[in-house]
Amino acid sequence: MAAILEVKNIEKIYPDGVIANKDVSVSVEEGTIHAIVGENGAGKSTLMKVIFGITRPQNGTISFQGQEVNFKSPDDAIQQGIGMVHQHLMLASDLTVAENLVLGIEPKRRGIFLDDHEMIRLTREVAQRFSLEVPPDKKIKDLPIGIRQRVEILKALYRKAELLILDEPTAVLTPQETEVLFRTLKQLKANGKTILFISHKLREVKEIADRVTVMRDSQVITTEDAAKLSEEDISHLMVGRDIRTERIPQSETTGEVVLETKGLSFVNEDEIFVLKDVSFSVRAGEILGLAGVEGNGQTELVKLLTGLLQPTDGEIFVRSKAISGLSPRKVREIGLAHIPEDRMENGVADQASVKENLIVDRYYKAPYSRRSRLLWKTITDHTLDLVKRFHILTRNVDTPVNSLSGGNIQKVVVARELSADPDVLIASQPTRGVDVGSEEHIHSLLRQVRDEGKAVFMVSADLDEVLKLSSRILVIYNGEIVAHIPDPSMVSAEDLGPYMLGVKRQEDLGAEIHS
Amino acid sequence: MQKFILRNFTLIRTLIAIALGIVISIFLIYVISETPGFSLKSFLIAPLLSKSRLSNIVENATPILFCGIAIAVAFRAKQFNIGAEGALFISAAVGTAFAVSTSMPIFIHIPLVLLVAAGAGAAWGFIPGFMKAKWGASELVASLMMNYVAYFLGLYLINNFFRDKEAGFLVSYRLPESARLAQFLEGTRMHYGVFLALGAALLIYYLMFHTTLGYEIRMTGHNQGFSRFGGIKIFKIIILVQVIEGALAGMGGMTEIMGIHGRFNWQMSPGYGWEGIIVAIIGREHPILIIFASFFLAYIRVGGQSLNLLADVPFELVTVIQAVIIILITAEAFLGRFKYKLTVNEAKREEAGDESLA
Repeated sequence: MAAILEVKNIEKIYPDGVIANKDVSVSVEEGTIHAIVGENGAGKSTLMKVIFGITRPQNGTISFQGQEVNFKSPDDAIQQGIGMVHQHLMLASDLTVAENLVLGIEPKRRGIFLDDHEMIRLTREVAQRFSLEVPPDKKIKDLPIGIRQRVEILKALYRKAELLILDEPTAVLTPQETEVLFRTLKQLKANGKTILFISHKLREVKEIADRVTVMRDSQVITTEDAAKLSEEDISHLMVGRDIRTERIPQSETTGEVVLETKGLSFVNEDEIFVLKDVSFSVRAGEILGLAGVEGNGQTELVKLLTGLLQPTDGEIFVRSKAISGLSPRKVREIGLAHIPEDRMENGVADQASVKENLIVDRYYKAPYSRRSRLLWKTITDHTLDLVKRFHILTRNVDTPVNSLSGGNIQKVVVARELSADPDVLIASQPTRGVDVGSEEHIHSLLRQVRDEGKAVFMVSADLDEVLKLSSRILVIYNGEIVAHIPDPSMVSAEDLGPYMLGVKRQEDLGAEIHS
Repeated sequence: MQKFILRNFTLIRTLIAIALGIVISIFLIYVISETPGFSLKSFLIAPLLSKSRLSNIVENATPILFCGIAIAVAFRAKQFNIGAEGALFISAAVGTAFAVSTSMPIFIHIPLVLLVAAGAGAAWGFIPGFMKAKWGASELVASLMMNYVAYFLGLYLINNFFRDKEAGFLVSYRLPESARLAQFLEGTRMHYGVFLALGAALLIYYLMFHTTLGYEIRMTGHNQGFSRFGGIKIFKIIILVQVIEGALAGMGGMTEIMGIHGRFNWQMSPGYGWEGIIVAIIGREHPILIIFASFFLAYIRVGGQSLNLLADVPFELVTVIQAVIIILITAEAFLGRFKYKLTVNEAKREEAGDESLA
């Protein structure tokens, strides 16, 4: 088989000095599914951006369909037959499926007017050709994420893409939706398309890929037939050492109830019930995991718990003390710490230094300040201590946080929140977008917090994480708790799927959740 | 060397931008002037040679410096209040009104007049601050509009209630001697206000980088979501920075009246609030750098006056030069490719020996 894409000796250095690709060479054969795996920060996304013309490398060449190409923009790449499905889908959510599909190359009547019928006909046609069913006249915002992704794929196919790049396509999907996506990809392969698939989920790679390229530290470690590598082999190549993947037994001893919610409801600005009658409790020494497809009220729930939003109805208690109505600072002083879901939005001030980021919850207290004067010496010592204890990789304590890698930024957040020595830890997406090494480290820290007898409430879109860490699991759907799993070792990701999608729910949850 | 350049890149870029601006102005002078050599000398050298021009630089820099640090405080919190001009004007009017209607010993009168002026400015800053914090009204628009209000309100106050009818112009009564800032060098108009301005700059530096309030202000500017999450009261900060801005600008206006004119004689808004924005940007919102920026701007201004006075080049040129410099400095991408290249080299060099902590 011939190579459809040949990448040679790519070198890419970003304006901030980060070397993202170092002498990277990959050859992708036509009509195969080729997976690129590696930890976050290994350089996968950069390589894709280079191939797709989003960013230009310092050195190296790219050949596509036998010809050397030099894309100045994604438009060039699309023209030549490369399509890309981004992790964060790039669709106009107020437009219909058909409108999105033809965006930029719309069929027109008399050269001016949009031809709606033709648009829909074209959509049906391309959908039929690749047997990818979509509702042409539905608006994107009314569709589930799996279908949106399918629209994005069709959009690329409509532009006659021969090579399709998918950047971590399964990160936002439920297990069931992932199944469907994989069927789609296999179909496309049967149609002669080539698929370049980025992932760090090894199980998926094994399931679907023909060839695997492993990247680590901005370099290609190897490219092999997927059949020749086991999951363990790949993970070993990715991290450069073995990582544990087995489930850790839960500690048996749980104590009194530390965090409790009763009938919590929240109505947002659009007057929609984002949370409905949410009640649960978390005991000392346990991790209560909240599973669910993103956007089902998790974000708001966490903001309610941490005082960033006030509930419309219901009450939150920390050690039987009502905390609703208190400011975020008061809530923290009562003993609640919070790892926020979006570290760049809430977790850090990215232009501020590591030092300044580590004191936001305590700068006003002794020993960090005295009579309104910041004691930089103490703060610096404090920072050095945390940098060491939490293995934060940074040049020095004055380095702005935005020049750290994602994993290290997350460690800054985790270091601050855990060093506050809270009674309750709210951990939202604690390892999103961090590398495997940092993930492992953060997981062990969470377990340690649990073993110290703290109550941990963890929200995660990563089912493996929820299953691995939780003492008990709640599933949220459409703002309601729909399932309670007292013993996570009895269930698998597939068992949780139907609850997450709202097709199944447990009845009479009331008393049990507080067990 | 490369590393040194990278670390101080913004400063170096600013200096290059200034140099480039001067080069462009030299070119313009050569084109326009019949006697380019003499013109150049009048522009760049003359301001430094005479006592009166040196004094002009200092007295010019004083209100600009006040306004520069005032604006920097608000800008640091990402509150784009451009109402320093209005605050300066209204404070000078209110301060004058207070000064001419009271009589006290000098060591009480001076601080009290300054305090009243600062209070007026603070109140002026409070209005857009509160509207922003409470209703999300753009402080940029509100403060801009309030500049007009300040102007007409100030004139109304002075012209109707405190106008010296014996003077031939629209001016206020003279300030009593007990409310005058002394001029400290015989034969110049340099007054003690400049020390107040320098002191204020140092104080604001300390406030911004060594106090918890400064930390709150800077973090709010970096990321409001983060600050709220950490327990900082954004509402308070948004209002407070604009109150501080108004107070400092107000003191800047009042010292000018107390030190130079001795009475309120502005029939036009003096424009220091706008130049304050310029120096706040050139000085990267850093009080100490703003000191240098203020004196630099005053120097360029005085050079322009002497150029206009002594040689055959119109004053408008100065404005052009100023604009060129500001544009170059604020253009983030200026020399960006050069920096990128340095970064790439540096990254390659560092590859061998990684210098990180931990």
